[in-house]
Amino acid sequence: MSSIRIRTKRIDGKTQIRTLITHPMEHGRNIDKSTNQPIPAHFIQELTVKHNGKVIANCAVGGGVSKDPYFAFMLKGGEPGDKITISWVDNLGRQDSEEHIIK
Amino acid sequence: MPVNRREFLKKSVSLGAYSMALASGLVKSGPASAEWIAEQFAQGKLEETLKTLFKDAKITESDKIEIQIPQIAENGAVVPITVTSHLDGVDTISILVEKNPVPLAARFDLSPELEPFVSARLKMAETSGVIVIAQAGDKLYSARETVKVTIGGCGG
Repeated sequence: MSSIRIRTKRIDGKTQIRTLITHPMEHGRNIDKSTNQPIPAHFIQELTVKHNGKVIANCAVGGGVSKDPYFAFMLKGGEPGDKITISWVDNLGRQDSEEHIIK
Repeated sequence: MPVNRREFLKKSVSLGAYSMALASGLVKSGPASAEWIAEQFAQGKLEETLKTLFKDAKITESDKIEIQIPQIAENGAVVPITVTSHLDGVDTISILVEKNPVPLAARFDLSPELEPFVSARLKMAETSGVIVIAQAGDKLYSARETVKVTIGGCGG
């Protein structure tokens, strides 16, 4: 299952894009209380949003964003059938991508 | 066409000047190019981060940036923020938390197809100012809100 969930909603000719991503977003300064060892940094660094294949948002993200991050954007226009693609890359080089069709 | 020495020299000089301008950040490499730059996410004080991000460019306070954020956050691990701007031509929105070890939370490069609007959720280590910087072309605008945090978000 993808780590990315995408919801869109058309409001007054605009399209609200919301995404919820499952990710630990560890910034590397936390201590694991059971082992007393630091928890290694593991967080999303880059998030890309595309509309019909064209990049509309490029985001540089830090460990200061909450666990299981939520982001929302507002697209001017957007039609039913348009494709929204959201992808991320984290500091360990892992990545995921998900597509969504505007209803 | 043969390239004579004078032409060649002229071209290499202008190319050199261009790459220098690029390196010093004078020439923007276009919107939607937010690659992750470690320096910008370094631990340090807010002022240092701002300097890394914007050099010494002037930042003007603006009431045309609206920050929706709770005044009191019971849980610093999840502080919802929504930024709406009424400025024209905003291409980048940066969100910074003054007292976090890493002040920069996220930087959003937005193409003209998007409204100058963004929502996210922040971690906040302690009561702190939250600063939003909107960049429109070569102009920088800022807005600020203070959030009182009752339980720190450092523990995740």
